[in-house]
Amino acid sequence: MRVGLFVTCLVDLMRPRIGFAALRLLEAAGCDVVVPRAQTCCGQPGYNSGDRKSALALARKVLGEFEECDYVVAPSGSCAGMIRTHYPDLFADDPSALERAKRLCDRTYELTDFLVNVVKLERVPGVFRGTVTYHDSCSGLRELGVKAQPRALLARVPGLIVKEMEECETCCGFGGTFAVKFGDISSHIAERKCANIAASGTDAVVLGDLGCMLNIEGRLRRRGDMKTRVLHVAEVLAGTGDA
Amino acid sequence: MQVTSSQFKQTARVKLTDPRLQAALRKLQGNFVKGRADRIAELDNFEDIRDAAAAVRDRALAHLDRYLEEFENNATARGAMVHWAETAADVNRIVCEIAARHGVRRIAKSKSMVTEECGLNDALEAAGYEVVETDLGEYILQLAREHPSHIVAPVVHKSRDEVSDLFAAKHGQPRKSDIAELTREARLMLRPRFLAADMGVTGANFLIAETGSTLIVTNEGNGRMVTTLPRVHVAITGIEKVVPTLEDIATLMRLLPRHGTGQSVTNYISVTTGARGRDETDGPEHFHIVLVDAGRTGLLGTDLQPMLRCIRCGACMNHCPVYQSIGGHAYGWVYPGPMGSVLTPSYAGLENALDLPHAATLCNQCGVVCPVKIPLPELLRKLREQQFERRLRPAAERMGLALWGRIAQRPALYAFAARIAAKILAWIGGREKLVHSLPFAGGWTGGRDLPAPEGRTFRDLYARRGATREESGEIK
Repeated sequence: MRVGLFVTCLVDLMRPRIGFAALRLLEAAGCDVVVPRAQTCCGQPGYNSGDRKSALALARKVLGEFEECDYVVAPSGSCAGMIRTHYPDLFADDPSALERAKRLCDRTYELTDFLVNVVKLERVPGVFRGTVTYHDSCSGLRELGVKAQPRALLARVPGLIVKEMEECETCCGFGGTFAVKFGDISSHIAERKCANIAASGTDAVVLGDLGCMLNIEGRLRRRGDMKTRVLHVAEVLAGTGDA
Repeated sequence: MQVTSSQFKQTARVKLTDPRLQAALRKLQGNFVKGRADRIAELDNFEDIRDAAAAVRDRALAHLDRYLEEFENNATARGAMVHWAETAADVNRIVCEIAARHGVRRIAKSKSMVTEECGLNDALEAAGYEVVETDLGEYILQLAREHPSHIVAPVVHKSRDEVSDLFAAKHGQPRKSDIAELTREARLMLRPRFLAADMGVTGANFLIAETGSTLIVTNEGNGRMVTTLPRVHVAITGIEKVVPTLEDIATLMRLLPRHGTGQSVTNYISVTTGARGRDETDGPEHFHIVLVDAGRTGLLGTDLQPMLRCIRCGACMNHCPVYQSIGGHAYGWVYPGPMGSVLTPSYAGLENALDLPHAATLCNQCGVVCPVKIPLPELLRKLREQQFERRLRPAAERMGLALWGRIAQRPALYAFAARIAAKILAWIGGREKLVHSLPFAGGWTGGRDLPAPEGRTFRDLYARRGATREESGEIK
């Protein structure tokens, strides 16, 4: 099974270790993983800012780079959601590309969704000592139905206990460019998320999207919490997050 | 009503640090968010009802002309008089004319957001009429000379203490702090106003085409007084509120109170059909219905048409993390929250509300809770596209997007830029691995740190890994 890893621009720039954790998990599941070298961005920043043209150009690029793969997997609900739920809209005026895009959409998965529902990964390499709480990222949850998958996988990590926080499905306030355009409101929403994380009394918050990760970690540190760890689900499952 | 949406950012900043507002907004969570969840759990075929409700609204909108004519014919046959208002100014003119024709002096109103759009109270007062709002929330706002901050709970931004102070100052009675006592005081003040009113003004949650009836959904009973006591009744609502049949109402009413106030049913659902008949003892002698366009037809046939399905329950704002943070006033017009961020640019001008379509994280909680399945995030995105196409966005933002688009299409350049950015940000982050402030990113670093990157990009590390594997004879 040839699986194309869509690394995502934020993992590439900010947290390469999450890309390698995803790679490790896919390889552990027996996938033949390819990482197209020229990949950059799924087009979401343009798409969500009203710049359809540049979003479409990047979507064409993704289509060209990944359509030979049996599956496309991203360690991000947001980027996988962009491809899966929004590419058909982007390609709506181009019937031949639309067909190709739809075939790509059907084969595009968020990492934990893929591990649970496609390759049905039984054993995960990771080990973790402590309690974690899980933040459901908006796109993963509401566009792709990612909810039970990460929890099912985390339950298989020896030593790890999941303790749910209040409002785990509520947005963290990131919202892409929203976080910069409306920084005050964004931070205010993030503060509420951080208060819920703190109230859960866990050692770490685990999540599946880089945007939320940077937002939540940034706010936790600003409010003086240097202890609560912010981990991507891939690094916990791969065993690279307990370093 | 005047549009102040262009001051969204500044007003929002003030609201974020207003402790009384913040305390008030926290109440939404329990009453409305939990209330809705509990009430929809009572329905074992909730999703089917939701589909049916959306279909009812779509059917009405697909044949809006036909149903409006049917409504007009049936309402007229029952003795009502239907008026068509193309603009907000037309509404004010028509209502003033009606009042003049019937020799009206005193007007009692029940809650109507459409009349807020028009600024009807100001127009009536300017024409010399005495107007009193009789919905408790709207009454409080009229005393305080404020605008609603929520479409269902207009006074949600005020605390009980503020209302106590307001009543003591305006009513000239000893200050009360118990809610029941405050309500009783308001009732005593309002009772003579109901009895003295010559004309009652209401909105309408729905118009029923097959019967020519208007319908209002209320809890306080003031709506009944306003529609039955005065000799003239004027119902004012948007043309999109029409539905084909009474049975359609049954579908919609299973969802509206559950989503609006967390109630299975409201205290009153009042269906008003025609004026008082010859052998009837109750009801107004004259019944006028004002059907308002004021921008609505502009949405028909466009990407934004689904917005006209809206039944004004307020669930989208109750569940919106942005609304929950800043309340409704910052949105700067009648309708706040996600539905307002679609309606304000649509009705009051895209260029007058530049921030609103962007003032959302696109978390889609609004879309998930909407009882008539309006894809609010998609509509906000459409408005963002319109702004972009009309070059209404700031130059720096457009250039930034163009730059990102260009670099991301050139992998070698992109890899180079990412490599430099990762290095510089890691260096700024230092041992702490946190960036505390960053030029051009004050929006981010004003309220949080930026966790620093690891220092090397994935693509560089992966290429190196590939090279190492080839050297060691591993085949990949």
